[in-house]
Amino acid sequence: MRRASAGFWLTAGTLLSSQLAIATATAQSGDLLKMQANAADVVMPTMTYDNQRYSTLDQITAQNVGKLQVAWTFSTGVLRGHEGAPLVIGNVMYVHAPFPNTVFALDLDHDGKILWKYEPKQDPNVIPVMCCDTVNRGLAYADGKLFLHQADTTLAAIDAKTGKVVWSVKTGDPGKGETGTGAPMIVKDKVYVGVSGGEFGVRGWVTAYSVADGKQIWRAWSEGTDSDLLVDPQKTTELGKPIGADSSLKTWQGDQWKIGGGATWGWYSYDPALNLIYYGSGNPSTWNPKQRPGDNKWSMTIFARDADTGMAKWVYQMTPHDQWDYDGVNEMILADQQINGQTVPTLVHFDRNGLGYTLNRATGELLVAAKYDPAVNWTTGVDMNKGSPNYGRPNVVGKYAPGVAGEDVNSQGICPAALGSKDEQPAAYSPDTKLFYVPTNHVCMDYEPFRVSYTAGQPYVGATLSMYPPSGETNMGNFIAWDATTGKIVWSDPEQFSVWSGALATKGGVVFYGTLEGYLKAVDAKTGKELYKFKTPSGIIGNVVTYEHGGKQYVAVLSGVGGWAGIGLAAGLTDPHDGLGAVGGYAALNNYTALGGTLTVFSLPSN
Amino acid sequence: MQRVRRVAIATVAAVIVSMGAYAVTDGSGDPSAVKSDDGKWMDKNDVPTFKVEPDGTVDWYSYVGFTRYSSECLRCHGPDGMGSTYAPALMESMKRLSYTDFYAVVAGGKQDVSASQGLVMPANGENKNVMCFIDAMYVYLRARADDAIGRGRPQKHAPKPEAFTKAEDECMG
Repeated sequence: MRRASAGFWLTAGTLLSSQLAIATATAQSGDLLKMQANAADVVMPTMTYDNQRYSTLDQITAQNVGKLQVAWTFSTGVLRGHEGAPLVIGNVMYVHAPFPNTVFALDLDHDGKILWKYEPKQDPNVIPVMCCDTVNRGLAYADGKLFLHQADTTLAAIDAKTGKVVWSVKTGDPGKGETGTGAPMIVKDKVYVGVSGGEFGVRGWVTAYSVADGKQIWRAWSEGTDSDLLVDPQKTTELGKPIGADSSLKTWQGDQWKIGGGATWGWYSYDPALNLIYYGSGNPSTWNPKQRPGDNKWSMTIFARDADTGMAKWVYQMTPHDQWDYDGVNEMILADQQINGQTVPTLVHFDRNGLGYTLNRATGELLVAAKYDPAVNWTTGVDMNKGSPNYGRPNVVGKYAPGVAGEDVNSQGICPAALGSKDEQPAAYSPDTKLFYVPTNHVCMDYEPFRVSYTAGQPYVGATLSMYPPSGETNMGNFIAWDATTGKIVWSDPEQFSVWSGALATKGGVVFYGTLEGYLKAVDAKTGKELYKFKTPSGIIGNVVTYEHGGKQYVAVLSGVGGWAGIGLAAGLTDPHDGLGAVGGYAALNNYTALGGTLTVFSLPSN
Repeated sequence: MQRVRRVAIATVAAVIVSMGAYAVTDGSGDPSAVKSDDGKWMDKNDVPTFKVEPDGTVDWYSYVGFTRYSSECLRCHGPDGMGSTYAPALMESMKRLSYTDFYAVVAGGKQDVSASQGLVMPANGENKNVMCFIDAMYVYLRARADDAIGRGRPQKHAPKPEAFTKAEDECMG
């Protein structure tokens, strides 16, 4: 049914384009619910609202994926790190690039001919206030418009037909270190955007703007008063209990919360039945924990908010009083799973802190919290005893807690490193295998906090860290399959470098991901066995997507190395505890790949 | 095997260091330390420089330079001055840049913006976390350029001089 109607829209073509435009413009963005379920298109950066990154397309299978070949390629002309993935709507693909945030509309009927190009003029002074490369995680679509949150925090609504700006609004102030890197999400008549700048002492927020005209509807802060947080002290809960009044302010000393971090640059998800949106907040600021005693709420927190009002239904702080930079921004994957014989509406989240969480997404009840990398050592696990005063909190190992050792002391051998057991690169879930496919980092660190002073718009970090693989190991990443009902690794494929690409699961029984050397890899969803690989022009930190055009299934990925991975791994890692520093002991990424943004599109041969 | 090689390297390194002569010169010329003002070493032209003892102990400022570099510069320039996909390797740049060149770029910033990439170094003149430690950062990177200090955290360092504590407190406020 859905496929047939999509086919109609596709074949409507140019003749009906004016009628189509009118129909699209007048429709409510409730259409997105239908559009995201159409596997032929990629209408949102997370592919679907549930963030499963699963496609029902099944022409490419475990049996034939070995024959995959490059169908066509496209250079973005930008050298910086390319995160995110293109959108595909009907016969047009929309490709975004890092700063200067170029957007291309490509005609899929004519080998990717450029229909239009959008390139905003932005003050280059925003570049140095972007932590860790000038990445952008992509576009959102609704009502005939594309939505782009530019580096300088301009939210632009762009006419999908012409590339002309319909409206734009400034969401933040780069002069204070606020920048735009995340992809927007759209639900009904609202477009939600978050902010980057945890290393510049920003105070995080998520803001809803009107899809129609860019008017701000609400803003929910990560820290501050109850009204700023958009919480109800009695009705908003954490682990089933009301959070109470002043839940954030009570957990900070003085005014530190005003520069307290909690950025919101990750992927957002939405449950239409519950009408809740989900996202995580990032590290508290500074990285020196001594300068911010307390739990630092609500940094490092999973938020479930009403999609219309923004009011928080429940929250869960994963890493109270962070001492490691374990941002909580990673994606929230919504999947209904069988737990103890019952179907539970779960939310699954692979946190930077190395724990994989499974919660009931309706209530916020914590069901599973388990290490998804055996190397994780800063915690012995989460207190799951509901009667305990520490219920839901991680048991911190003092030896690996820089805040315990104090300022100017180098805490050694902490796993994972600040980049986390997983960073923003999203995992995938297959309802066929009931497994989550998780791209992971396998890296540890030394962490030394020290005093820093705050100046608006200047880095506000306050820690020195060095990174290296876990003792005795040389692989810096793994691609794993995870059972989120039990919290167990099912299989694990070692990778030389951190896996920094978003995964894709398909009904064809194939799971795709990219590597930092630049390989697109296809593995068997059941066993993890490698079935295909191809080396793209540069390292992959983008997310793999699949779409259908002209009755044929395609797989697409952006390559273009960069981001935190490119900064941390370019020169290779050394183990400071290994003799003379073992120069070259671990592979240097810049021996494998160089800069450059390219889209590579794959398909099976015609015969 | 590995162990034997390391010992050999250590011996060679120790010999070079103990000879006190650096074959290379950097953007400020001969980096040999000739005098110290309470643990802060200068070369013959009164330019701040590093001092590495035969046993590998580095002067306090080089050590602080490592920690502050890692806090303020690593995020773009990569670990240990080695460069990244985002910004140049400063251990290479320091082979060209004099002390005054270095100071000017750190304080005033630099822009090289093209269609394919924007290389923008921020002006740090108002940033206490940088400017209060600029000499320490300089001597650390100078030592990296001259291969006097290897990758990673220096394992042994001279004690913190009183003059440093006083200057840090005054500068950081």
